[in-house]
Amino acid sequence: MIFLTRRATFSASHYYWNEAWTPEKNQQVFGRCANRNGHGHNYTLEVTVAGEPDPVTGFVVDLKWLKDVMEREVLAAYDHKHLNLDAPEFAHANPTTENIVIAAWKRLEPAVTAAGGARLSRIRVYETPEIFAEYRGEA
Amino acid sequence: MKAYFGRRYMMSVSHRLHTTALTGEQNRAAYGKCNNEHGHGHNYFVEVLVGGAVDGETGMVVDLVALDEAVRSQVLERFDHANLNLDPLFADRVPTTENLCRTIFTLVKDALPAGELEQVRVEETENNSFECRAGG
Repeated sequence: MIFLTRRATFSASHYYWNEAWTPEKNQQVFGRCANRNGHGHNYTLEVTVAGEPDPVTGFVVDLKWLKDVMEREVLAAYDHKHLNLDAPEFAHANPTTENIVIAAWKRLEPAVTAAGGARLSRIRVYETPEIFAEYRGEA
Repeated sequence: MKAYFGRRYMMSVSHRLHTTALTGEQNRAAYGKCNNEHGHGHNYFVEVLVGGAVDGETGMVVDLVALDEAVRSQVLERFDHANLNLDPLFADRVPTTENLCRTIFTLVKDALPAGELEQVRVEETENNSFECRAGG
């Protein structure tokens, strides 16, 4: 089994807010991230697929294909967007790095599975070089 | 839904790889330039990965402030700008990055709620890194 990883970057803005809470509680829990005018990050999306190299091509997946899938399914929805306002999955859920990585999995998994061959193994989303979230498709 | 949250920290630390179980010549053979008598140092990157359910109210897996505090108090204050060979935890163990990785895993695990710590990765240089995982 070979694990193959491809990176891409996207730039997006967001804020953290729980509608069920008072403004004071939002400020207390989320601090500067609760600023309703938002702030932004250069995110790095790291997608790992697992499979056996094809006997003819030697590829686990075609990297150009994987790049196109990442751009179509994730970057088109998130790059240069306001996550709270532009991505429907964050209309009522906080676009934390944890929730972004799970949402990215849901966006990518059907396309990877439909292609046959490699399976989606792991996704990481880096909010900064020091902070990232990871999802492995676990319940 | 289980997800993982990772955070990277840097610490500047000196050490010398040397064991009294070997002769001077054997130490030089085993550890090469890392056996230099007066030691040497690295900028270590420590990557801490914690796992858990994503909280429905906050969208978060872990309290980042609490994680930072655990790593700062247990690891960075202890090792940053220090000499590993002089730390009691390495009194009878060679401060290889393998042993450092295990030590950091234990220190952080004990400072966090049970079962939260998933993995510790220590990068000694851009080319060398070591991982220690829960249950391993």
